[in-house]
Formats: sequence, structure tokens, C-alpha cells
Amino acid sequence: MNREPLLVPVIIGAVLAFGVLAAWFLKVPSEKTQLGYRGVGMELVENKRTTAKLKATNELPEPQPALDPEEIAGPRASEVYENVQVLGDLSEAQFNRIMAAITEWVSPEQGCVYCHNEEGNFASDDNYAKIVSRRMFQMTQHINGQWKDHVGNVGVTCYTCHRGKNVPEYIWFDAKTPKQENRMLGRRDSQNEGGLKSSGYSSLPNAHYASFLANVGDDKNRRIRVQDKAALDSGLGATIQDTEWTYGLMMHMTESLGVNCTFCHNSRAFGSWEQSTPQRVNAWHGIRMVRDLNAAFLEPLKPVYPDKRLGPTGDAPKANCTTCHQHVSKPLYGAEMLKDYLASLSPTAK
Amino acid sequence: MALLNFERKYRVRGGTLVGGDLFDFWVGPFYVGFFGVTTIFFTLLGTALIFWGAALQGTFNPWTINIAPPDLKYGLGVAPMKEGGLWQFITVCALGAFVSWALRQAEIARKLGMGYHIPIAFSFAIFAYFTLVVIRPVLMGAWGHAFPYGIFSHLDWVSNVGYQYLHFHYNPAHMIAVTFFFTTVLALALHGALVLSAVNPQKGENIKTPDHEDTYFRDAIGYSIGTLGIHRLGLFLALNAGFWSAVCIVISGPYWTRGWPEWWNWWLELPIWH
Repeated sequence: MNREPLLVPVIIGAVLAFGVLAAWFLKVPSEKTQLGYRGVGMELVENKRTTAKLKATNELPEPQPALDPEEIAGPRASEVYENVQVLGDLSEAQFNRIMAAITEWVSPEQGCVYCHNEEGNFASDDNYAKIVSRRMFQMTQHINGQWKDHVGNVGVTCYTCHRGKNVPEYIWFDAKTPKQENRMLGRRDSQNEGGLKSSGYSSLPNAHYASFLANVGDDKNRRIRVQDKAALDSGLGATIQDTEWTYGLMMHMTESLGVNCTFCHNSRAFGSWEQSTPQRVNAWHGIRMVRDLNAAFLEPLKPVYPDKRLGPTGDAPKANCTTCHQHVSKPLYGAEMLKDYLASLSPTAK
Repeated sequence: MALLNFERKYRVRGGTLVGGDLFDFWVGPFYVGFFGVTTIFFTLLGTALIFWGAALQGTFNPWTINIAPPDLKYGLGVAPMKEGGLWQFITVCALGAFVSWALRQAEIARKLGMGYHIPIAFSFAIFAYFTLVVIRPVLMGAWGHAFPYGIFSHLDWVSNVGYQYLHFHYNPAHMIAVTFFFTTVLALALHGALVLSAVNPQKGENIKTPDHEDTYFRDAIGYSIGTLGIHRLGLFLALNAGFWSAVCIVISGPYWTRGWPEWWNWWLELPIWH
């Protein structure tokens, strides 16, 4: 060979060394959690930079100061105030404590008058927001009592969804379906719309909330499962469209919780409970909980809302997984906020 | 095995990378060399360890034997033999055997005064494996991120790792790799069909020449890459398939932790249409 014998290895070595350095310093700092047996590939990989940002936005407000026993023993709110339909069994001090808390949680800027009459008649029901918040107190108590399978003893408070905003940031409305264009490529069927969080930025159908999470009526077990349990067709009869809608819902859940498919499933057999993680049980209850909340509490409030609060098709705002989770697998990183407000938000509060 | 009568004159001494004349001989048709010995050593040791693992697991069903890497908690340290240490040993043996084989290929090429195209090509396959079981685990900080050795078990790993990033078909490097794999197959199919068609003329016709082959493709698509060119193209396509496979997995985790569909938002957010 005519070439300098060392030149080629030196060039290759330099390129490799540069590659190794670049690879090492460009990598994303991440936290890894093993979710299954070693080597199965069930893992959660979380970017530490993203987690740091999320932790910052999930800081809890200071709890309201605790009350003395005399304050808890004082006169009942229903005796002191007029038109107290919920929380009337609290003492006046307890009642005012939760009112101070909810003001901080829901309307820190507008204060009491976001819900209450501006002329100071706090008993008046002329503000729609007061009627809504009364129902929301009942919903919170209902979740903490009836849905322990999903929320455990950590429970929820108004803050879990509201986070200092009048209307929780993550709500959903029925999509306004554009008139179906009568041409070959006209039939979108809520698919192939890139960049939508609702389908995890994939091309999967993104209007699945209405199908799976809204009021499903008597169809309590509205089918999400699309995989046959046996080889070949065992009679489940799920179409490819059914499958895509289910995957769309699953993409929503991953986006909502900031997790991936293997957080709940072993993808070798998605439907097998034996091979799934315990989180899947929690998620199963969560889906039923959201259906219940939308059907029993959120959709029936439609006549109460002014137009500005309704969706493009005139429907009431509804909840999905993101409403509480806000991209974290345990809302507020599992902080036990309810324990400071058991008197007002526990299922036995009246 | 019969030796072609002209083959003997290519069996020349020298050209070894290490070991001098020590292993510079043939066994039957096979060249041995220092790296032939190391290949045999690592292969036998590694295979024996796999059998040991199968015995510990309690199955010799070739489909379900599973040699799993350690739990993540062991990080980049050495794991107990029955909890992934076996996987670590077998990985060392596999890399030893693969690299030995590549170097043996290089020695044979040197003896014959040929280029190093074959060992370089094989090294791309080794690189893809090395990426899966060494580079990516080191970048992620634990051997447990590598794949298990088992026919079914490694498929479960592939499936789950794909679903870790929600939808692996959105991985841009995966797209490129898959495209190269399919294009490799297309090129090989066209090349094979063309050669066979040239050497299988209609009854009574002579075997056709490369000129016919070139003319066929010029008539069909206006261009023929030529007899040497098709092999350069094939090598390029095949090596890129392996290379981009390695890229698509090494970026999943070390450089991107979210679902791959989300990665494409840069495209949707381009100021031209955003």
C-alpha cells in the first residue's frame, strides 16, 4: 500500500473517540424503573429534566391552619348560615376553613365572588358557579368514598384537578365533526390528525373520549378489550377500527400519566391480567370512575352552565384521565392532601 | 470434503495478525489460525453456559430457553451467576466469538491479498449486537437494559421495548433501517432474477452476457447499475440496514424517553405552517 500505514487507523480512532464522547455527553439524564421480570423489557424510562419541570408544577399549596377542638365543636354551619345544602354539619370554623381552601384552589384571583353573589348575599344561588361547586363537593366526596379502588386513601381534593384555576386545565368536549366530504379521502373518522395529545401524537383516532369515557349508559362494560383470548377468532369480533379506537384510548392514558404501555401491560399478551402489572387493575377502575363521574356529575350540569362554559356542540365540560393526573402517574406525585380536609371532603362529610 | 484441484495453491503461509506460524494451518477445508482457536473456545464455552442456564431454568425446549440479563438494580456491576451473571458471561463469549470470527476473516483476506470487505461487512452485524448489549446498556447505566437470549424471550423483549416508546414505527431511524432492509431484499431479488434469467435462456439460445443484463434494465428503467455496481449497492444497502437498526435502538432511551409519535412534533411545529 502507498498510504501512510498509520493514517487510516488514526482517522478511524479519532472518529470513534469523538463519537464516544459525543454519545456520552449528549445522552438524556433519566430515571429507569424495572416493571417486570428481568429481560422482559418492561421498563419506565423518565427524563429527569421533564420530571423536574413536572415536580415544580405539582407543588402543593400550604394547608389551611388546623383548627382547635373548641372551633370544631362550635355551632354548625347550617345553623349560622342560610341555604347551606352541603357541608352544613361542619362547624362554622370548619366551614370557613374549607371555603378559604377552595378559594385558594379554584379562584385565587376572583376570591369569594367567583361563586358568591357580588353584593354580599352569600346565601344566594344566582351565580351558576356556586351551584356547580356545590355539586363538585358532592363529587369529591363520592370519589373519596366510592372509588377507593382507584384513588386509595390518598383521595382527591378540589386542587387535584383545579390547581388554582377556575376551570381545570384538562377537560374535554365532544368534538365538532365536520361535514363528511363526499370524496375518496374525505373520511377521516377522527384519525390522521397529527400533533394531538389526545391520541399521544399518533395518527390513531382521537375522539375516543366520547366513546369510552363519557356516559356509556347501560353499556357499563363498553368494550375496550379487542384481543381474542384464544388463537384465531374466538367470537370477540373486534374490527380493526375497534382496535384503533382502543389503542387511541390507551395512547390518551399514556399521555395523561406520563407512562408507557409496559407500565400496565406485558405486550406479549396485553389482555392477560396474570402478566400485567398491578397498575392495570388501578387503571381499570379509573376508566369506570371517569365514566361514572361524567355520567352522574359532569354531564348533568349542562343546563347550569352559561354558554361560555359549554363545548362547540353545546355539551358540558367533562373529565378524562388527564384532568386529575396531569401527566403524572400518581396525581400530585401521590401527595396526601385530603388528610388535611377530611372533615369536609371525606365521604361521610355532610 | 473434496478440495478443488486449484485451491491448494492458494493455501499460503503468512498474513496472520497474531500468533505468527503457530496456528497457521488448515483442518480439512477450514483455515484455523489464532482466531479460529479463539472462536472455537468462546463458542464452546458460551454454548455450554447456555446449556447450564437451560438446566437451571429446567427446560431444554429450544423455543423457551431464556438467559435473561440481570435486574436493573445491579447497574453496570457483576450480577450473581443465577441472577444474570450467566447472561454477562455468555455476552462476553458471544462478543469474543464474533470478533474472533471477523479477525479470522481478515486473516484469510490477507493471505489471499484481497480487500477487507467481508470482515468489515460482518463487523456491522457485530456492531449492531454490541450496540444492543453493551453501548445502550452502558449509556443507560445497567446491563438489565439489554435483551435476553432466548427465541421467544427476545421477541417479548423486542415487543415490550417497542411499546416502551408507544409506537416504534414512528422512530425515524427505525423507518430508515426498515427501508434499507426492504430495499436490500428488492435489490437482491432483482439481481438474482436478472442473473438467473441471463443464464437460463430459451431453448436453443446461448447463455446471455452482462451486456444483455445491462440492456434489460436500460430498457426497463432507463439505467443499469452494472455488474460490479450492483454488488456495491447491495453491500451499501445491507450494511445500512444493520447500521440504522443499531441507531434506532441506541437512541431509544439514551436520547429519547417519550413516545416516538411525539418526536415528530418538530415537523408539525415548523414555522412554515405552524
